[in-house]
Amino acid sequence: MIKLTVNGKSYELDLPSDMPVLWVIRDRLGLTGTKYGCGVAQCGACTVHMDGEAIRSCVTPVSRAAGKSIVTIEGLEPSLSKPLQEAWTEIDVPQCGYCQSGQIMAAAILIRDQPQPTDNDIDNAMAGNICRCCTYLRIRQAIHLASRLKSSNAMLSAI
Amino acid sequence: MEGLNSIGRRQFIRNTTLAAGGLIIPFKITPRNKTKAGAPELFFRPNAYLRVGSDDTVTIVLSHCEMGQGIWTSLSMLIAEELDADWKSVKAEHAPAAVEFYHTIYATQRTGGSTSLLSEFDRYRKAGATARQLLVQAAANRYKADVKNCRTENGQVIVGENRIRYGELVEEAMRLPVPGEVKLKEPADWKLIGKKVKRLDTPDKINGKAIFGIDVQFPGLLTAMVARAPIPGAKVKSYDASATKSVAGVRQVVQVPSGIAVLADDFWAAKKGRDKLKVEWVPGDGEKIDSDNLLAELKQRADKGGIVNNTSGDPDAALKRAAKIVEVEYYQPFLAHAPMEPVNCTVRLSKDKCEIWTGTQTQTDDQRAASEITGLPIENVFINTVFLGGSFGRRNITRSDFVREGVEVAKASGKLVKTVWTREDDIQGGMYRPAFLHRFKVGLDANGEPVAWKQVSVGQSVMTGGPFEKVAVINGVDMFSIEGMHNAPFVKGIKDQRIELNTPVWPVTVDNWRAVGLSHTIFAMESLTDELAHAAGKDPVEYRRMLYKQEPRLLNVLNIAAEKSGWGKQLPKGQGMGVTVFEAVQSYVALITELSVTKEKGVRVEKVTCAIDCGLPINPDGIVAQTEGSIAFGLSAALYSEITFKKGRVQQKNFYNYPMLRMNEMPDIEVHVVQSTEKPGGVGESSVGQIMSSLTNAIFAATGKRIRSLPVIHHSTSLI
Ligand code: FES
Ligand code: FES
Repeated sequence: MIKLTVNGKSYELDLPSDMPVLWVIRDRLGLTGTKYGCGVAQCGACTVHMDGEAIRSCVTPVSRAAGKSIVTIEGLEPSLSKPLQEAWTEIDVPQCGYCQSGQIMAAAILIRDQPQPTDNDIDNAMAGNICRCCTYLRIRQAIHLASRLKSSNAMLSAI
Repeated sequence: MEGLNSIGRRQFIRNTTLAAGGLIIPFKITPRNKTKAGAPELFFRPNAYLRVGSDDTVTIVLSHCEMGQGIWTSLSMLIAEELDADWKSVKAEHAPAAVEFYHTIYATQRTGGSTSLLSEFDRYRKAGATARQLLVQAAANRYKADVKNCRTENGQVIVGENRIRYGELVEEAMRLPVPGEVKLKEPADWKLIGKKVKRLDTPDKINGKAIFGIDVQFPGLLTAMVARAPIPGAKVKSYDASATKSVAGVRQVVQVPSGIAVLADDFWAAKKGRDKLKVEWVPGDGEKIDSDNLLAELKQRADKGGIVNNTSGDPDAALKRAAKIVEVEYYQPFLAHAPMEPVNCTVRLSKDKCEIWTGTQTQTDDQRAASEITGLPIENVFINTVFLGGSFGRRNITRSDFVREGVEVAKASGKLVKTVWTREDDIQGGMYRPAFLHRFKVGLDANGEPVAWKQVSVGQSVMTGGPFEKVAVINGVDMFSIEGMHNAPFVKGIKDQRIELNTPVWPVTVDNWRAVGLSHTIFAMESLTDELAHAAGKDPVEYRRMLYKQEPRLLNVLNIAAEKSGWGKQLPKGQGMGVTVFEAVQSYVALITELSVTKEKGVRVEKVTCAIDCGLPINPDGIVAQTEGSIAFGLSAALYSEITFKKGRVQQKNFYNYPMLRMNEMPDIEVHVVQSTEKPGGVGESSVGQIMSSLTNAIFAATGKRIRSLPVIHHSTSLI
């Protein structure tokens, strides 16, 4: 039995300990927003947060997630999901859309830690996420916009 | 002067239309339905392509599939335009597989060849106009008004002072007879077409809700993974599944025509089970395929020549008279598609029906394949098209390979099952853009104009064996193998020429890859053009202006790109600009690439300036997005991609040795869309080929080194 929390809900699951977190959340918990792209930490499609850090869930055995808290695209907290989704919509980033959950989860950590990321910061944070449709230019613009939206939201809620 | 096979895509479309028995525009009227649970109470369905609900929603039923190209939005725009719908109440969904949704040219349900808007421009506008006319009539009846005094706006009919929402008129509209002919809006009255609108598929693609094939779930659904031939054409001799069956979660192991399928509770168990499977293969001829010999074999074949596609005058004599001769050849490797979502197919098979959930571009072919395997009539094969996680041709396969396999697995196992491919399966799975060699000997006159042309192209045929063989392969020449070459505007004008094609038949399975033939022919043609300009001592843009002086649309995009990119500006050493201008899928595209080549960073593409004339720009932001994407997609292939074989085995496995362009390598891309009123051309494939030669032409400008074989990465040490 392995205990873990996913999007704030606690689970106790009977699983092989080497099963990657990706397949636990997709095939056992039915949360299909997190995608499989390579299975070997090369593409970032499977990016989720574990205790607040971005991980490649395809190479993270569930044993490493025991007792930890996982957040997927479906459960991303509004202070991050709102500005990101707003920006992604404004710029109409997705094409096929398959990589976008992973892109957003990676971007979420970036704008949380770096309120005004430069192009260089974006390159560094996002180079692990492949977009085969090559929406990179729009992802970059959307991250800039999301970080602006996030700080103005924060200002608004502080008033 | 026309050669034997002078057909290009435009002619291909015409031929296809003829073969299909004329342009078909099925416009069957389906009975009006009461709805199922969850939907609006009532809806009005004047034709197969839309429904207007009593809750005001307008649902567009898409005969084409959404794979990223934006059809979800642009087809919806066509109906919404004529219907005067409120864009905020418009929704889209994929159509079921049915004759009403057949492509108006291909006569099967199919998305491909960058023809969706061409196929639907009239049909979808008419569908919207029909619905509008009925809603107006319903409102006029209600207020005893003349339809002439009614107008529509934002999902409402306006009769005098009264504004009636479409939803309120559904019940009355349903009872009215559907008109035969409808009047379409004048372009001047368009409110949506040509304007920037928000993509309808964005919301679900950013919150995890969008369902792709791999996301399909049912209680009790098993996941299958197939151990396939490691060498093209290899056959199973025997297998031992005892270790596989001991893996927790593995339920069944069955043999199917493509290999051995392991069915399990989930992906992970299926993968572990397959890893433990022992299969003995009879390799067959495929073992002989070896990339070490590939180029030599292509060259030998080029020496021998091939089937003459077209010949006129006396090219040998003309070459003797020429002021200058350029003799060159260009090589391009096998390529894999690697869509972000590897292919997959979910199948529920029962006695009387076969239900399929998958991301596909070829619903009718898939129905036929499933019918052939199961023995069920075609109407009993139901295709539920879900979002495609990219395709680039992988889901437009002439033989429905992954759907076929999914149905075989369901049939052999008797289970409700989703057959999935891993990334390794995808890259090694044997559907490739063929490797090609194009060899030229071109004579120039004193002015630098080409006056003698000899060409031998060598590469496998993509269309042979597929549904378009009859129209695309003429006298042994697959027009896609020399797409855009024999019918390039300046080549057509050369009196003395001969173009030959040698088509090897190898066990490697080749198929459509984004831009099909143009993915390799443009690189060859436009690298050559650059070399001709150089030989003629002319500026590359000037030289093309001369070649295309009779081609206003090409000339126009060339001039725009040259102006916007600052062509001709002084650049520091190690930097360069390269140009390409070419017609692709009825769109005219000029690209200018600016890059630097340094010891530290190698080739660094800084900026690509693009001018595109794709006819009437229906969804301008969608055009920009697709163009950005297709430029970067082609760039990725030109810089890095190559599939190689060792004793028949593909050597690449995953993104670590089949690399992709990433965020930090993405150049700035500036797209200028020409305001045209011509028929809508294709966009998704329009720039893939152009970027490859624009890139290598820029490398030549920066370094003086001409790259004649791709990928560029193989030349990196020789450039600096
Ligand atoms: S699926 Fe995990 S990084 Fe690609
Ligand atoms: S949007 Fe298709 S892979 Fe990124």
